[in-house]
Amino acid sequence: MTIYAAIFYVLAGVILVSTGLAISRRNLVHAIVYLIISFFGSAMLYYLFGAPLLAALEIIIYAGAIMVLFLFIIMMLRVDPATLRRPSLRHWLPAIVLGLIYVVIAILVVTQDPGSQSILETALAKPRVFGQFLFQKYWLSVEIVSFLLFIALVGALYLGKAFARDTGRGKEVEK
Amino acid sequence: MNWIVGFIILIIKLGVVLVGLLLLAAYLVLVERKFLARLQIRYGPNRAGKFGLLQPFADTIKMLTKEDIVPAEADRVIFLLAPAVVAIEALLIFAVVPFGASITLLGKKIPMVITDLNVGLLYVFALASLGVYGVALGGWASNSKYSLLGGIRGAAQMISYELSLGLSLVPIVMLARSFSLVDIVRAQADYPFILVQPISFIIFLISAVAETKRIPFDLPEAENELGAGYHTEYSGMRFGLFFLGEYVNLQVLGALVAVFFLGGWHGPLLPPVVWFLLKVLAVAVAMIWVRGTLPRLRYDQLMHLGWKVLVPVALLNIVVTGAFLLI
Repeated sequence: MTIYAAIFYVLAGVILVSTGLAISRRNLVHAIVYLIISFFGSAMLYYLFGAPLLAALEIIIYAGAIMVLFLFIIMMLRVDPATLRRPSLRHWLPAIVLGLIYVVIAILVVTQDPGSQSILETALAKPRVFGQFLFQKYWLSVEIVSFLLFIALVGALYLGKAFARDTGRGKEVEK
Repeated sequence: MNWIVGFIILIIKLGVVLVGLLLLAAYLVLVERKFLARLQIRYGPNRAGKFGLLQPFADTIKMLTKEDIVPAEADRVIFLLAPAVVAIEALLIFAVVPFGASITLLGKKIPMVITDLNVGLLYVFALASLGVYGVALGGWASNSKYSLLGGIRGAAQMISYELSLGLSLVPIVMLARSFSLVDIVRAQADYPFILVQPISFIIFLISAVAETKRIPFDLPEAENELGAGYHTEYSGMRFGLFFLGEYVNLQVLGALVAVFFLGGWHGPLLPPVVWFLLKVLAVAVAMIWVRGTLPRLRYDQLMHLGWKVLVPVALLNIVVTGAFLLI
């Protein structure tokens, strides 16, 4: 086992354990802290695979922005963990079914696809090369995704305006 | 053999930078207290040593020997770790800051930067965006209303201003054609970027002051409404770590302004490292001056400035810069 493989297994363990804890913790702030650790682990994995740009973006966007928003909302709501109801079987069932389908597909991919057996060379994706590759080869996907995000933004704006109009709290909401 | 030499050089560089940062942070506190006192027609600390020069050591000894109190209802683990997040985040940013051009010692080329990452600028952002966790989690874990309010304000303020901070640097990356801090400084060999990007400079400075939570953006710790905000419940060296983080962040601010806008180590006559330190100190002293001059913003003014002024202006600036680069 090379040193890279050793680092990979350590990171994979950290990600699995912290994600598991993030799902199972009753205290929402603790769950978020574990999720942040999990994102950190993923960022390290990207770095290990030779994609420092992706690693930096993972931390800036997921760990640094989205999780801060989650934390912000949880701190505002002040949920008491003791009052939370345990999810019933009806809540668990869709998650279990989807999870099982995912596990089956993952096993099939690993065992059926011959490409998954060979060991990949470690490569380094420089930011400039990565950007050129992304915008020359996958420009259409990038445009579609950004258009979707734009629609979501307009939708959020519309909902906010509608809420302000219905409750007559326009001035406060605008602030 | 080459490997061992490289390792030793790295350790020496780390040691020099760490000790330098901590000493400078301690003396920036003294400079701030002295300078603020003069602005307010007071003397400032002048009892410990000549001109109060030993005051930083007295402060450090006091904080290290004080009792470390954890409130009974606090979330113990997060409460204990939060100050370290702030201090570590601030110190780690200096790993990519170039202090000077590379020097040749005993036939070996030694770059004056700990590591020249090709995504250096994004690394700085990643760390800066993590600093908010120390504030928000520290405030939450204290289980006190003042601390919680400070933490919430800190989180809201830092995510709002991160956006304009990032957007203000896009034109710099476009001009330097690189994310590496060393390349950005090299691109300013002829003229510093502040001459071609004055709008970026102003947006970056305002956003960076908001990120470091200094007056006029010190709402998370507003002493006359929140006690001390997110660090109300902290005592001893854990409070000291928040304090250290704040003053290392002041140096980070100075170093980033120097690297992105003032030409980094470039300058006539004096050696590069001296030029760099002079620029860092000039920015830090200017920030202290701002603290002595401006009042604190209200919360709605803070949000208005961030979202409705800085972000649109920064976006417009990117478009204009792009148009000029294409012509």
